[in-house]
Amino acid sequence: MATSTTQPRAGRQLPDSPRPPRRVGFSQTLGRWDVKVSPYLYISPFFLLFGLTGLFPLAYTAYVSVYDWHLLGGQGDFAGFSNFAFVFQEPNFWKGLRNTFSIFLLSTIPQLMVAVVLAAVLDANLRAKTFWRMGVLVPYVVAPVAVSLIFGKIFADQSGLANSLLGVIGIDPIKWHGAVLPSHIAVATMVNFRWTGYNTLILLAAMQAVPRELYEAAVIDGASRLRQFFSVTIPQIRPTVIFVVITSTIGGLQIFDEPRLFDQLGQGGPGRQWMTVTMYIYELGFGNQKSFGRAAAVAWVLFLIILAVGMLNFWLTRRIASDATPKEARRKKVKR
Amino acid sequence: MSAPSVPYIRQTAGAGAARAAQRSRGHGSERRPGWVTYSLLTLAILVFASPIYYAFLLASSDAATIAQNPIPSLIPQSNFLENAGKVLASDINFWKALTNSVIVAVITSVSVVLFSTLAGFSFAKLRFRGRTGLLLFVIATTAVPTQLGIVPLFIVMAELGWLGKLIAVIVPGLVTAFGVFWMTQYLESALPYELIEAARVDGASMIRTFWSIALPAARPAAVMLGLFAFVGSWTNFFWPFIVLGSTNPTLPVALQLLQASYFKDMSLIMSGVVLSAIPLLILFVVAGRQLVAGIMAGAVKG
Repeated sequence: MATSTTQPRAGRQLPDSPRPPRRVGFSQTLGRWDVKVSPYLYISPFFLLFGLTGLFPLAYTAYVSVYDWHLLGGQGDFAGFSNFAFVFQEPNFWKGLRNTFSIFLLSTIPQLMVAVVLAAVLDANLRAKTFWRMGVLVPYVVAPVAVSLIFGKIFADQSGLANSLLGVIGIDPIKWHGAVLPSHIAVATMVNFRWTGYNTLILLAAMQAVPRELYEAAVIDGASRLRQFFSVTIPQIRPTVIFVVITSTIGGLQIFDEPRLFDQLGQGGPGRQWMTVTMYIYELGFGNQKSFGRAAAVAWVLFLIILAVGMLNFWLTRRIASDATPKEARRKKVKR
Repeated sequence: MSAPSVPYIRQTAGAGAARAAQRSRGHGSERRPGWVTYSLLTLAILVFASPIYYAFLLASSDAATIAQNPIPSLIPQSNFLENAGKVLASDINFWKALTNSVIVAVITSVSVVLFSTLAGFSFAKLRFRGRTGLLLFVIATTAVPTQLGIVPLFIVMAELGWLGKLIAVIVPGLVTAFGVFWMTQYLESALPYELIEAARVDGASMIRTFWSIALPAARPAAVMLGLFAFVGSWTNFFWPFIVLGSTNPTLPVALQLLQASYFKDMSLIMSGVVLSAIPLLILFVVAGRQLVAGIMAGAVKG
């Protein structure tokens, strides 16, 4: 709209303009050029920088993955799929995959449930609203690295806070670092600590956008608070739930900081019990092997997995959530 | 259709009836919640705050006490300043890490805000061929895990001779797809076409229009975006860890070095944790309100 109206207006201004007409003609040409080129000029820094530092490396990963490529030696011979074949027969790759998915599930599902409940609690006419909202967000400003150091101590196998608290209620010490599942729970706890409040606020915003008339109608239909929550709130915030699930999928499957600093060696434990895929990529490319080709192969596999899981999530969340809505509509029709 | 609205009752039947109507409505937006709600929230906030407090407890204690009892004391002890002094004097280069973190975070957040607003202005308010397609592309790329491109990115940085230099961390952080999407969304609703037209009629060039009309209009969203970019940069570990190494670290990288070299003295590590967290905790006290508003605004639109 702005661009199309420029020319005639500039013309209309002519009589009042103190400038000589010749100059206006020139600036008009310049102005037309300005209008045509500026939009592209303004978006170009983003596309240039993002292309060079984001998309190009990601695409080039596929190229590196089919070469013998080393940190020191540089690009070597074409290797076909041998890098992939190598990592697929490595037990550590599969361990990494198992750990990543286990940690991902242990963090996403409980986190989402707690966040929905907390958001529902916050979605009331509270006194000092901002205080409570800020309160749940505090962990977000603590770096994952710092979170990991703190929880590494809390979940220490010997003289850890978690074990001594469990000791108080008579539970034997758990090997938070030594055993597989407990170490996953510990790492997932760090993720949950940092992100639950953040996601709570996203869900809270969605809940506040739910039209209040829907609740009034539900009350008139005799729905309890719990029923309102499941039949009005949850279906209404569906798009936001999808959004939260997909964001945490993309982030969660790439998890690195928290497990890397869970102990001081950063290998994911002696039996690699909490080593994630991204840690494995780091180890292949920058650890002992220094094989960029293999690291790139795993990175590319992880990329495809994230893509697939993201789409699966989208499909599932949509299905589950849209199952609820038509039923609701049908029931209402029956009532009338 | 449904029951009459509360203001309608107040007008027709008086304030008392309105209050009664309000109380009877389960989810009335005016109703104050009871103590159960507040206790739940207090509990949640205690759970969220306690690990941070625990870090401070350990940081103010000493290694021997911590070894004996995981909870050295519920009240902070007096050793924090001494421990902090040891961390600052240690060979992990804490001051340098702090300076580096400030440099990287300031440059990247200013740049993210500037380039996102520029692109957002273009996408939201200017007409050009390919606009819809390019915007869709931006939205799609917000979901691309670019972190997985580290291997080629590292190769490029090595070619450029940037390994171990801050510029290697700064350049990949200069723009974000999320930022462009965010500013486009905001400017679409916050910047009226009339203002742009008025500026154009007055003979302002496009860039002048951007600078004196769009940029001021974008300020609230720009502040939030800047805050998120700052926090993101300050807490970023993976890429700085790979490309910077131990000689020229940012704070998270320095914390990893601290853990590797002082893992026997938990009070020192926790002092480093507390020291590195203080700047963002101060930022949170000052600007937490904007962070909350930003997350909530992003959710409704995104």
